[in-house]
Amino acid sequence: MRFYEFECRSVLGKYGIAYPEGGLAKTAEEAEKLAGELGCPVVIKSQILASAAREAGGEKVAASPAEAKAAAEEILALEIKGLSPVGVLVTKPVESEKEYALQVTYDAVAKLPVMILSDVPRKNLDDVADDTPERITRRHFSTLAPIRTQVYTAKELVRGLNIGAPELNRLTQIASKLCDLFLQYDLTVAEINPLALTGDGKFLAVDVHMDMEEEGRFRQQGLLDEFGIPSTETRGVRGEPTAMEREAQAIDAEDVRGLISPFVEFDGNMGLVIGAGGGSLTIFDAVTQAGGKPANYCAIGGNPSVGKARRLTKLVLSKEGVNKIAVMSNVVSNTRADLVARGVIKGVLDLGLVPSEVITIFRCPGAWEADAFKILDKYNIDYCDRTVSLSEAARRAVAKLDD
Amino acid sequence: MGIILNDDFTFIVQGITGREALNFTRECLNYGSKIVGGVTPGRGGREVYGVKVYDSVREITEQTRVDGSVITVPYQFTPDAAFEAIDAGIKEIVIITEGIQRKSAVEIIEFAKMHGARVIGPNCLGVISPGVCRFGSLGGPAEDCKKAFGPGSVGVMSRSGGMTTEICNALTVAGLGVSTAISIGGDPVVGSSYAELMPLFEDDPQTEAVVIYSEPGGPMEAQLAQWSQDNNSRLPIVAFVSGRFMDDMPGVSFGHAGTVVHRKVDSPAEKIRAMRAAGISVADLIGDIPRLVRERTGG
Repeated sequence: MRFYEFECRSVLGKYGIAYPEGGLAKTAEEAEKLAGELGCPVVIKSQILASAAREAGGEKVAASPAEAKAAAEEILALEIKGLSPVGVLVTKPVESEKEYALQVTYDAVAKLPVMILSDVPRKNLDDVADDTPERITRRHFSTLAPIRTQVYTAKELVRGLNIGAPELNRLTQIASKLCDLFLQYDLTVAEINPLALTGDGKFLAVDVHMDMEEEGRFRQQGLLDEFGIPSTETRGVRGEPTAMEREAQAIDAEDVRGLISPFVEFDGNMGLVIGAGGGSLTIFDAVTQAGGKPANYCAIGGNPSVGKARRLTKLVLSKEGVNKIAVMSNVVSNTRADLVARGVIKGVLDLGLVPSEVITIFRCPGAWEADAFKILDKYNIDYCDRTVSLSEAARRAVAKLDD
Repeated sequence: MGIILNDDFTFIVQGITGREALNFTRECLNYGSKIVGGVTPGRGGREVYGVKVYDSVREITEQTRVDGSVITVPYQFTPDAAFEAIDAGIKEIVIITEGIQRKSAVEIIEFAKMHGARVIGPNCLGVISPGVCRFGSLGGPAEDCKKAFGPGSVGVMSRSGGMTTEICNALTVAGLGVSTAISIGGDPVVGSSYAELMPLFEDDPQTEAVVIYSEPGGPMEAQLAQWSQDNNSRLPIVAFVSGRFMDDMPGVSFGHAGTVVHRKVDSPAEKIRAMRAAGISVADLIGDIPRLVRERTGG
């Protein structure tokens, strides 16, 4: 989950990393008042989870409190990538002599956390690595040894850009503090970009970005409470769930047997009752490659009950324009194919429809498949066994859409 | 013989009294695997399908040779269970547990490296060499497992447990069969990547080709492409990349925790490009995999 910049600044503060003076304003009036207290000019910055907010007009400089109010009004109303700001950050502008970019993240190849420093600021560090590899430097560090025993690695990082006195020691401290807080708060990314060196020799975090791993939430309740983030606040980038997606979540919540989530609505007309994790990704692609337009994504797994498969089927068929479904999964080991078959058929019957007309294909080979085939035979539903690939089954399903 | 496992491979199950562990312990025994003990702290002295349960790993390793451990304990306790197994000298660690923190995974992998142990997973189903040994929960009930995993010449590595079974089933149906299949795990950081396991397949006389199943997210496919370019491997590789529809959906996660496109290298399109440039055959349709394996092996 992503933190807002005002929250990131608070995390930096706990570790003694400095940032430009200022604070959060939730309304234009608050921004005006803050500007007056700080003294103008001030920078007004959107507090939004979208990246590249600055480029999208989410940042302005105001020369007076009145201007600050007007700028805040404008920015607070500005949606970026479908997201709305929760406030604006009002800060003193920074006159930097030099700027750096400093990031800590995981390197999935080395399987270690890595600190990255560049003297090309205000740019995506992946692009810097591609365009000017000589201006970026990296050092891995250990998750097992305390940071206080690894400060020299931060120094080596800084030396990697040939930086000497007086910045060397200060940057070393900031980098090792960022590593420390990265591990402490279960972050996956902590980036200060730009990190500005001011005329009086101070370093200030002008822009900060932090992502915490979802799996870390249970350990970080203290921090989440401090920021007033309830457990229901997902901060996903997908935006608010649709009514159908909320209904799918409710179906999962009401019955602990098996899962149907994640359920995501799409624009097409082919309803999908599919599983499991990797299987759903593969089937969604197979349907698309066969020329079909999926109406939804879902991922059946963990052996759902008949009732759950039934409700899922009804939900998928409730979408306007959807009158055919494909029921498919990879070869299953745990989920029982017969329970899925019974659930899907019941769901179709509940709606007063004919299973053999609605179900274009049933392809869930594996555990209890013989029982599933018997039920499918009874209702004259087109099905296939493990000798038919997912792509072939998808092709057969999509071919029936024109009927 | 396949890789990692052999006829005499012995392992323990940590968290053996859990619901899922009970099932796969029974099915591994039915398959013929040698499980020499189980661990659940506080449940020492019990038995599970004839397997003795102990309170600690060392009580088992002090009396018998233990080659591997399958860990399926709640995510909060997974790091300690892994540290315990590795410290007791066990060299092959399969972590089935889902939902463990990335930081914990990195800690475990770092600890394993210091002790010369290998980690498969987390968030995986384990390893199987058909007819030799089953090490984990791949394939479900032993009878179903035998249907989907026939012995043969193809090594399989997959980021999805279910798709490991799907692909091995397709190879078995096609008469090619499987040397060793490894469910490497669906998390953003896993203990053993495709490229790290390739040298093992390279040294295995039974393996004549390798199939990988991959998903959006992470640098493992780029790493394999690089490995393939740097090493003059005797093994043709056939890859399948799922989640192509996610190319246009940056930042959104589907299915496994590792399945999210943050950067250019994460996207299916870029993975396919990099692997093809390295001479890896990428199947456009999942059903094309057996045919491509045949083409590449001249079979």
